[in-house]
Amino acid sequence: MSGVRVLAGTRKGAFVLTSDGKRERWDVSGPHFAGWEIYHVKGSPADPNRLYASQSSGWSGQVIQRSDDGGATWRPVGNEFRYDGVPGTHQWYDGTPHPWEFARVWHLEPALDDPDTVYAGVEDAGLFRSDDGGLHWQELPGLRGHGSGPSWQPGAGGMCLHTILLDPAEPGRMYTAISAAGAFRSDDAGQTWRPINHGLQSEGIPDPDAEVGHCVHRLAMHPARPSVLYMQKHWDVMRSDDSGDSWHEVSGNLPTDFGFPIDVHAHEPDTVYVVPITSDSQHFPPDGKLRVYRSRTGGDDWEPLTRGLPQENCYVNVLRDAMAVDSLDSCGVYFGTTGGQVYASADAGDSWAPIVRDLPAVLSVEVQTLP
Amino acid sequence: MIRVVLPAHLRALARINGEVELDVAGQVTQRSVLDALEARYPMLRGTIRDHDGGRRRAFIRFFACEQDLSHEQPDAPLPGPVVAGAEPYLIVGAMAGG
Repeated sequence: MSGVRVLAGTRKGAFVLTSDGKRERWDVSGPHFAGWEIYHVKGSPADPNRLYASQSSGWSGQVIQRSDDGGATWRPVGNEFRYDGVPGTHQWYDGTPHPWEFARVWHLEPALDDPDTVYAGVEDAGLFRSDDGGLHWQELPGLRGHGSGPSWQPGAGGMCLHTILLDPAEPGRMYTAISAAGAFRSDDAGQTWRPINHGLQSEGIPDPDAEVGHCVHRLAMHPARPSVLYMQKHWDVMRSDDSGDSWHEVSGNLPTDFGFPIDVHAHEPDTVYVVPITSDSQHFPPDGKLRVYRSRTGGDDWEPLTRGLPQENCYVNVLRDAMAVDSLDSCGVYFGTTGGQVYASADAGDSWAPIVRDLPAVLSVEVQTLP
Repeated sequence: MIRVVLPAHLRALARINGEVELDVAGQVTQRSVLDALEARYPMLRGTIRDHDGGRRRAFIRFFACEQDLSHEQPDAPLPGPVVAGAEPYLIVGAMAGG
């Protein structure tokens, strides 16, 4: 019988949550790497037993862990992330040049067809790749080096490369997003890049046509229609119908268009999920009501999903990498909160229930659909 | 035999119980002890010193014989009791965070 494996990264360790296809009863294992910050855990689409985890701490820096048995056992692999050549500078918060310094891995994206190939998005923003299962890492320097890098500035959470999307239909096409530089696309497997931020409007940037400087929080794509991209920006929910060449706003009737995650239903390319957050200075849901919003029209028309979610006194946040969908029928949707809850919906968002309530603050949620 | 004590989170990473005992060839210095430690436990590379130049990570401290050696030269000889195995070389995570 098919099942799911939810991979939750938290401030104090990783947790693996498993269930059968009904997604009613859950086994919880963890904490793995107890006491360490786990920014992200993700499985290979080519081999569901191959998992990668980003483990870090302020004391001891970055560790990458790898599992070859679905998270039962782990081993540390390579943790040397060396920028290509002379790293140069980006802008600091005050506009002064600041040397590029590696801080941590925010996101790990295994390749679609090879479990030994994995991409890492790091802070300070850069893209790395390993072709040997995480033992060695090489930067893809064309992203930082395409020209606008020296003008990038960090967002409040640091200058992180947090999103990596691999196009399943166009070999070599991939997308990244950086706070607060914007979205970027490569059509040659990461060798060369260009900004794809036309149509984004960001308060605080005086130039309405600014090529970079946009605080993109998250990108999402449906694998069956990869030329359509969705974006949760700092403010604004955006959509592109031309692989990022241009964007238009689809915030529509959302109560607020600030937020972090965005994701797409596994079987319906026009069904999109966001979690509206009050504002950039109040990182909690409006009115203390935790509501996922779903659009079945590719944006603009949104409905609140509340059944099973707290509708009073809820002041958690949902971070950018903390939402995922499974590919069962019907589609399961999952998200984790800074309050330590991981919620699951086995009916595409119509109703929700917590898998766990009291984990450390959840940084990331991924899900694997198992045979 | 050089005795080394690691902080709990690094013992967990390297799957070490208790102290580490190391044979260190040549002069016993902070650099030679850490080189020997990382050779036996490669997963510790980059977690005590950074990969570039071996600079101590900011929130890691080195103590021995009731002395803070964190700012000593890496090639300075370690105290005699550490060399003799009477006292451990302590790698300490600074008290910070929550």
